[in-house]
Amino acid sequence: MTSVAFEKTLLNASELASALARMADAMASELKNDDAVFLAGIPTRGVPLAKRLARELAVRGVECDCGSVDISMYRDDLGMREGISPLQNTELPVDLDRRTLVLVDDVQHTGRTARAAIEAVLAFGRPRRICLAVLVDRGGRELPIRPDFTGTQLSVAPNVRVRVRLAESDNGEEGAFAS
Amino acid sequence: MKWQRKDLTELRGLSAEEITCILDTASEFKGVGQRRLKKVPSLRGKTLINLFVEASTRTRTSFELAAVRLSADVVNITAGSSSLSKGESLKDTAKNLEALAADLIVLRHSAAGAAQFLAERLRAGVINAGDGSHEHPTQGLLDTFTIRERLGRIAGVKVGIVGDIRFSRVARSNLHALKKLGAEVIFIGPPTLVPPEFQRAGASISHRLDDVLGELDVINLLRIQHERQKAGYFPGTGEYAALFGLNAERAARLKPGALVMHPGPIHRGVELDGSVADGPQSVILDQVTNGLAVRMAILYLCASAPREQEETL
Repeated sequence: MTSVAFEKTLLNASELASALARMADAMASELKNDDAVFLAGIPTRGVPLAKRLARELAVRGVECDCGSVDISMYRDDLGMREGISPLQNTELPVDLDRRTLVLVDDVQHTGRTARAAIEAVLAFGRPRRICLAVLVDRGGRELPIRPDFTGTQLSVAPNVRVRVRLAESDNGEEGAFAS
Repeated sequence: MKWQRKDLTELRGLSAEEITCILDTASEFKGVGQRRLKKVPSLRGKTLINLFVEASTRTRTSFELAAVRLSADVVNITAGSSSLSKGESLKDTAKNLEALAADLIVLRHSAAGAAQFLAERLRAGVINAGDGSHEHPTQGLLDTFTIRERLGRIAGVKVGIVGDIRFSRVARSNLHALKKLGAEVIFIGPPTLVPPEFQRAGASISHRLDDVLGELDVINLLRIQHERQKAGYFPGTGEYAALFGLNAERAARLKPGALVMHPGPIHRGVELDGSVADGPQSVILDQVTNGLAVRMAILYLCASAPREQEETL
């Protein structure tokens, strides 16, 4: 890498929309026989993504509820980072045990977030199954955890930061960017 | 904001933003008690030492449970069992604990500034669990948390703290936290126990509970210690109860919805009547429950603060 002073667009707004639509197609065909699907967004941007996916799935005939799962308490790198971000809400259903739970995140990198999210969910109950849906799989896995549903798959150098922006949380800006 | 402190020694030096960060973190940790697994792995592999040079059961138990719920390993050292009783200095005791790779030390000590003294000398995080008459930051935080949870806000709330203000670390920590978040604090008690100097710290002062009772949104009764009576700060518990005790008759003159608080242990019939302590306005047991959540938040935040890799002494 030469410079990180500028951002490269990985997905523009319309490419992001079609990536989401592809995910929804794959999820609808995989989950159509599961009668109690719950989408749990991983804060921050996994939460609005889960809501969007729920709407897309409804259009495709799959009704599901959504909520969130904060992973902060389940991280394995406490004290190794530069300070700590505030804890976010966790909203999971009371009848988790009979559900299919889909973890939703914007970017998959090392797989450590997904690991922590799985552990967090298991503290609340024992879903029938847990799936993982990510908008951008940027590569660079450090754990044997692979998404079940992916919007787009890339191979990005380790020192590059991949960021997703969504209209709901980023003042109307929309897309995936590398810097 | 991102939390950056490895220690919590006092509330006076914290910003309103930092206090709010602790309270928000505590709200999330309160939810952990309602999960199927009431334990999170955040502090797995970390060691916490409860160093209680001055005796305390409730605070130590609360810190111990908080640490256990965070999956830390806990060792308790109490005054009688420590080498401090053999004449070892506090610094030497603490350096020994650090040599055993303690990550966090919770210190209760009779000397004001003891926690700060250690915090400046140790790589481990140091949490003040009460230092003399200086501060008891987690008590101030759990009281503030309870008020915010019950009343929905701190700004503009009028809090009366009654009793032995002069010697109270609880009163001082409450004052700092509440003032920073915009509450009004009135210290109430006899002139011997509520000296005028506290006005400089931002509190109002009243020597007559009956004058201000009806204005308060919160009344926090502090325990009256018999030692103070022996030392002549007030003539007797009977007279104290008559003038400053919250009995049923006074409780009836509180605002509807006003909260009754007490840090415990209660002297029933002295600063607080049993019927009021067990009555509908009492949030005393909420304070106990919230204390656990607040201490989980503090341990979590201080353990997460970035550590310097090397330190020379």
